[in-house]
Amino acid sequence: MTDVIELTVNGRTHQLDIAPDTPLLYVLRNDLELNGAKFGCGLAQCGACTVLVDGKPVRSCAYPVDAVQGRAVTTIEGLGTIENPHPVQKAFIEEQAAQCGYCINGMVMTAAALLKRNPHPDDIAIRQALAGNLCRCGTHARILRAVGRAAREMAR
Amino acid sequence: MREFDLGRAVPRTEDFPLLRGRGRYTDDIALPRQAHLYVLRSPHASARMRAIDLGAATAAPGVVAILTGKDAERDGLGTFSSAVQRKRPDGTANFVPPYRVLALDRVRHVGEPVAAVIAETLSAAKDAAELLDVDWEILPSVTDTAAASLPGTAAVWDDVPDNICFIHRVGDKAAVDAAFARARHVVAQRFRISRVAANPMEGRTALGVYDERDGRYTLYAGLQGVHRTRVELASSIFRLPTSRFRVVSPDVGGGFGMKGSAFPELALVLWAARRIGRPVKWTAERSESFIADHHARDNVSDVALALDEHGMFLALRVETVANLGAFLATMGVHVATNNLGGLAGTYTTPYLHATVTGVFSNTSATCPYRGAGRPEASYCIERIIDIAARDIGFDPVELRRRNMIPAEAMPYKTGLVFTYDSGEFEKTLDMALELADWTGVAARRAEARRRGKLYGAGLASVIEIAGGPADFPLEEAIEIRFDPTGHATVLAGTHSHGQGHETMYRQFAGHLLGLAPERVRILYGDTDAVFHGRGTFGSRSASVGGAAFVVAARKIIDKGKIIAGHLLEASALDIEFADGRFSVAGTDRTVDLAEVAVASFIPQRVPRGLELGLDARAVVTPPGPTFPNGCHVCEVEIDPETGVVKIVRYTVVDDVGRVVNPLLLKGQIHGGIAQGAGQALCEALIYDHASGQLLTGSFMDYCMPRADDLPSFAVGSNEVPAKTNPLGIKGAGEAGTVGALPAVLNAVNDALGPLGIRHFDMPATPERLWRAIRDAEAKKMPLSQ
Repeated sequence: MTDVIELTVNGRTHQLDIAPDTPLLYVLRNDLELNGAKFGCGLAQCGACTVLVDGKPVRSCAYPVDAVQGRAVTTIEGLGTIENPHPVQKAFIEEQAAQCGYCINGMVMTAAALLKRNPHPDDIAIRQALAGNLCRCGTHARILRAVGRAAREMAR
Repeated sequence: MREFDLGRAVPRTEDFPLLRGRGRYTDDIALPRQAHLYVLRSPHASARMRAIDLGAATAAPGVVAILTGKDAERDGLGTFSSAVQRKRPDGTANFVPPYRVLALDRVRHVGEPVAAVIAETLSAAKDAAELLDVDWEILPSVTDTAAASLPGTAAVWDDVPDNICFIHRVGDKAAVDAAFARARHVVAQRFRISRVAANPMEGRTALGVYDERDGRYTLYAGLQGVHRTRVELASSIFRLPTSRFRVVSPDVGGGFGMKGSAFPELALVLWAARRIGRPVKWTAERSESFIADHHARDNVSDVALALDEHGMFLALRVETVANLGAFLATMGVHVATNNLGGLAGTYTTPYLHATVTGVFSNTSATCPYRGAGRPEASYCIERIIDIAARDIGFDPVELRRRNMIPAEAMPYKTGLVFTYDSGEFEKTLDMALELADWTGVAARRAEARRRGKLYGAGLASVIEIAGGPADFPLEEAIEIRFDPTGHATVLAGTHSHGQGHETMYRQFAGHLLGLAPERVRILYGDTDAVFHGRGTFGSRSASVGGAAFVVAARKIIDKGKIIAGHLLEASALDIEFADGRFSVAGTDRTVDLAEVAVASFIPQRVPRGLELGLDARAVVTPPGPTFPNGCHVCEVEIDPETGVVKIVRYTVVDDVGRVVNPLLLKGQIHGGIAQGAGQALCEALIYDHASGQLLTGSFMDYCMPRADDLPSFAVGSNEVPAKTNPLGIKGAGEAGTVGALPAVLNAVNDALGPLGIRHFDMPATPERLWRAIRDAEAKKMPLSQ
C-alpha cells in the first residue's frame, strides 16, 4: 500500500508515492539520493543513520516516513555548505576525528543536535549524548574533543 | 621543510567529503534496473536439507529469481579456497571443506546461505524468502572449542570424524622438555581467548553487474584488497579467466581483517546478475553480519613457562586449540599458525614450542581480525609472565626487564621463528613507565581503595610481525603516472578503509619527489586501473607500499634526469635531483619535476628516440618483515559491589619505526587499543553449546566499546627505524590491539589478585567480575559461624 507522502528535507519539499511505513532512511537514500545517512544496523542500535527531525536527532532506519510529514528533516548534506561547513563538521576535521567515516554522519548529527539544545555541554554531557553512537575505528577520544571544540567555536 | 613530508603531522586529505556526507561506499552506488538479493540462511547449526519447496515464493510479488545450491552446481560454480595448508596428524594435507556459495544438501552453521531470493525490492525479496519451505532434519552439533575434538562429539564433516583439521607444531620440543625438567619453577595456566566479531560499521555489501557485450563481471564491494578477490572469484568459483572480472572497492567503512575474506555473497550477486541480466545488490543486515560474517580469535591455550631460580625464562610451552569454524576462511589457517613467533615476545627465552590443533565446529569460519594471531600470542606470554611474577614473588616489571632482549643484541634470532631486525625494548619500557607515572601506582591504589574500589595496574611489553609472513614477505605494487599537465596519479595495490592512505601516499610523493599534495591524485581499489596489489592487512601498507613507492619514484627520477639533461643541455649523468627539482651539478640551472613531466609528452622536448611520457611501476618484495613493538600500561578500577570496571589511565609507548604522520599514527594506536580493550572488557560472541544458536546476534547482546567506556590515551613514541625497510617504517595498524589485550587483563587481574584470584579470563564484563568477586569472597569466609 502506498500513499502520497509530502516531506521536507534540507528545505526542499518532495512528494513521494510510497508505503507510509517505509523507514525514512530508505526514502532518503533510495528516493532522494541523499546518501550521507548510513545503514549501520537497521535496528536503531548504532546511530549511523541519524538525521534531525525538527532539530532533534532520530534514528532514520527505524523511523517511518509518514511520521515526518509536516516536519523539517535535516541530513548531513543540509547541515552546512561547501563554503561554510557547520562548526561540528569543521571541528571533526580539525581534531582528525574521522577514520573510515561511516559512523561520522551519526556522530556529527547527534553532536549538532546536542549543541543546539545545550550550547555549553561539559564532558559528561558530550559523552552521554554520544554514548548511543557506535564507532568501530575507535576514534571516540577525538570525537569527544571535536564536539568540545565545536561548542567553544560556536560560543564565540 | 615541505608541508607534506615524511614525519609531518599532516591532516588527512580524505576528511572533507566524508564530513559532508559525500563518501562513496558500495551501498551508496545505485545502478539503473538493479534488483535486490536476500539470502535465506540456515536457522540450524547442523541439519540435512531434505527438500526446499520454492512453490509459493516463486509466485510472490516482485520476485525475479530464486537460486539454490543445486542451481549453483548445475551452473558449475566452484568452492572457495583456503590460502594456507597444514597437515593432519597422519601427515596428510588438511581437509579443505567444500565452501559453496549456497548449501547443497547439508548446513553446518547457523547463518550458512541456503537460497538467494532476487526481487524488485529488498522487502519483496524478504517477504518471498519467508515463503520458502525447507524440510530440515536437525542433526547434533558442536560449537565449543575445547570440546570439538573430544571423543563422541558430532563430526562437522564426515571426512573428519575427530574434527581435527590439522595439528601444527613449531619449535624445539626436545630442548623445551629438557628445560622444563631442570627448571626451578614451572608456571602453567589455561587461557581462553574469546570469539569476537569485527563488526565494521559498514557491514558487508556487494553489487554485481554482468556486461553481456564483453562477457564481463564487475563487482563493487567493501574489501581490503581487490586483486586477490578477483583471482579467487575467477579461479575458484567461476573458473573463468581473471580478465573477465573487474573488482572495485570504493570507500569502505572499516575492514579490520574481516573484509579480506572471500564470501559467498560476493559470488552470488555476480552469478545472479548474469542469470537475470540486471545489476544485483546485496547489503547485510546487522543480524546477518553477526551470524554470517567470519568471526575471529576463539582459542583455548595451555601455557607453561619454565624459569630458573633467578627468574630467567628457560622455556615456553603452548598448546592451543584453535576454532576454525565449519568452513575455512581464506586466511583462517594462517591466523592460527602463521603468527606464533609472537610468543617469544621481547624476551630471550631460548626455547619455545607451540602445538596448534585446528578444529572444525558448527560455527561461522574464523578469519583475521586486527592482529590475526598476534594479540593471542602476546596475551599468552604477557599473562603468564604476570602469573609467574605473582606465584614466585617477583615484581612484574623487574621480571620482564631481566629477560628482555637487549638493544645491542640486534639483529636477534628468537627461540621461535622470528629474527628481529631492531628494537629498544627496555628503553621503550622505561619510557612507558615514566609516561604512565608508574611510581605513582602505589599511591593511586591506596587512594582508590579508600573509595572502596579494587585497583589494578598492568603492563605488556609486546612485539608483532608486520609486512610478513616471516619466511616470504608479500610484495606490493605502486605505479606513478604523470599526465601532460604535470600532475601525477599514484596507483596503489594497497587499500585504504580508514587508515588515511591518501594522505600517507601524498607524503611519500612529497618526500621522494617533492610534489605538492594538490598535484597528486591517489587511486586504489579498482582492478581495471591498478595493475597489481596484495591489499591492506597485517600492518603492511605503509612499510611495503612505501618500499614500492621508493623504487617507482627512483625510476621516475632516472627517466626525468634524461629529459632534464636534454632540457638543460647537459649530460643526464650530470643531473642531480633534490626537493622536486633537477639541476645540473655545480650550476644554478634547474627545472622542476612538473615541467619535466609536461615536456615528457612533447616529442620536440625529449631526446630523439626516448619513449614519451613519464610513468613508472614497481613491484617490491621486502627483504624481511618488520617488527613493530611497544609497551602498554593500563590502570583499572573495579567496583566490587557491581563488578563494573573502568579503565582510568592508559599509556602506550610504541616503536613503529619511522613515523610517517603522528596524527595518523595516534589514530591507528587509539583504534587498536579500543578494539583490544573491547575484547578484554566486554565483547564476546557466545554460542549456546546445546543448540548451536548464536546468542549474541545484535548490538543489544554484543557489547561494543562506546565513547563512555574509554579514557583518553597517553601515546608516546620511541622511533627505532626498521632495518628491513628503505624508509625505516615498521607499521602501526595492529600494534594497539596486540598490546591492549594483555595490558587490560593484566590490570584487571592485578585488581583481583588480593581476593585470591589467580587468573580471570576475558571478557571482564560486570556480571562475570561480580560473580568472580562474590565467589572469591565466599571462599575467604570461615566455614562455620
